[in-house]
Amino acid sequence: MSLLKLLVDWLKAAVLEVQEYARLQIATVRAILTPPYYTHDIVEQLDAIGAGSLTVVLLTGFFTGAVLALQTGLTLDQFGARPFVGRLVSASMIKELGPVLTGLMLAGRVGSGIAAELGSMMVTDQIAALRALGTDPIRKLVVPRVIAGVVMAPLLTVIADTVGIIGGWLIAVLQLRVASSVYWSSVLEGLYPQDPWMGLIKPLFIGFAIVSIGCYVGLRTKGGTQGVGRATTSAVVVASVAVIAVDFFATRVLISILY
Amino acid sequence: MAGNLTSSGSEQVGAAVAERDDAVVVFDNVHLAFDEKVILNGVSFTLDRGHTKIILGASGSGKSTILKLLLGLLKPDAGEIWINGERTDTMPESGLMKVRADLGMVFQEGALFDSLSVAENVGYRLYEETKMPLSDVRARVEEVLGFIGLHEFIDRQPSELSGGQRRRVAIARAMAFKPKILLYDEATTGLDPITATTVDEEVVKLRDVENVSSIVVTHQLRDAFFVATHEAVRDGDGRVRVVPADEQKCDEAEFIMLREGVISFEGNAHDLRTSQDRYLRTFLS
Repeated sequence: MSLLKLLVDWLKAAVLEVQEYARLQIATVRAILTPPYYTHDIVEQLDAIGAGSLTVVLLTGFFTGAVLALQTGLTLDQFGARPFVGRLVSASMIKELGPVLTGLMLAGRVGSGIAAELGSMMVTDQIAALRALGTDPIRKLVVPRVIAGVVMAPLLTVIADTVGIIGGWLIAVLQLRVASSVYWSSVLEGLYPQDPWMGLIKPLFIGFAIVSIGCYVGLRTKGGTQGVGRATTSAVVVASVAVIAVDFFATRVLISILY
Repeated sequence: MAGNLTSSGSEQVGAAVAERDDAVVVFDNVHLAFDEKVILNGVSFTLDRGHTKIILGASGSGKSTILKLLLGLLKPDAGEIWINGERTDTMPESGLMKVRADLGMVFQEGALFDSLSVAENVGYRLYEETKMPLSDVRARVEEVLGFIGLHEFIDRQPSELSGGQRRRVAIARAMAFKPKILLYDEATTGLDPITATTVDEEVVKLRDVENVSSIVVTHQLRDAFFVATHEAVRDGDGRVRVVPADEQKCDEAEFIMLREGVISFEGNAHDLRTSQDRYLRTFLS
């Protein structure tokens, strides 16, 4: 009986969380569509989320492309198909690894940062102070982050894809001894015309999921510095799972629409 | 004014009182509970223009909740809240933004924005929510920081300030946009007596020099009595001094004692000191 009660309580809490998350997103969309706008906060967040994440995305993209070339080179050798390594690198990076790994990096860097920052503001009454001073925290804090996340995630993904393919090219040329021209023509041959769209559209949703989860978790923080720690961990975990889940569902939908 | 002990703490005031010219805040039979826990149970009081209401009570008695209700950060379960003749408890957030233009709040621990400098904190509302030219905002920031004696800290970060300085900057932030009502939430808690007196003097100066109505929430009796029994006067040379108040001025500061969500006492400093109520005696001792 108590187990049933526990289950019911857990379900109620889960439904409440979903409801509150949905309410925040509705308020955010409404705030995006109507003034006032805090333009300098939007620019600040574009810089913090975009330029601030550049190093980690460059490194991740480069090494992923490089290791992909190494691994697939071995497998392709079994079929005498080593010159096709470019196809595998470009298709994998642009369709899947670029969006997902960039998303995971952003979840770790941006999602945690947003949750920690907003969480600290919550527990030190700074959010209440904002409201007391006549500022809507959703317009001032959430909207700039959501806009920056949605804009910068696709751009960072394109950068990750590019350096990943370059990483693969270096391995293909230096290690696998594939001719440079063969690699690049293989890169282009391996892609369907719809693939770049797939690689650009998915990060829009992934970026939105990461920042909106970070904001939601941050604004629900309670319980002092310990609460901020819990919020940060929770934001990273939930956002990381969301990246994978959003990737799956977006891929499913986009395949049925684009292909 | 004679002190009185009220069991329910509620007095029917309502819209008629709210429309009275001198009442800037009316709390009418306000109830609030979080789940099973009752926070406020029929709390009623009024604050007259230029007067001070000092809310005393033990930790968790609902003192700070009253300020959050006034600001519209929380909504009551029942009852009415009126500010400057406008009912705010049923107002949407967009309407509350306008009401908050008349309300300044000094939060416990200051709640300064960590990422902004002292100048940006103090001028926050003017920078972000008005179209005032930047040079005018800067001039106003310098003026209020001069008023509280922290002009030389204008370009510092909040992390570089002491606890007392942070509270005073919080007061400067709350007064920068010239609100008619200032709310102080434990503004002196955790400060040493000398710094606390400095903060108390700012509260008195704002009330008497700027004619700001004040609600002071505290459990620091020493500070509560200081604010209630002192007044600010301007000397011939324009300097402001804080001196002991006369009897009439003392009557303008009214105490409320909150106990388990109800008002258990209302009256002036003299009534409070002479009350024979056992709980009050324990609280005062």
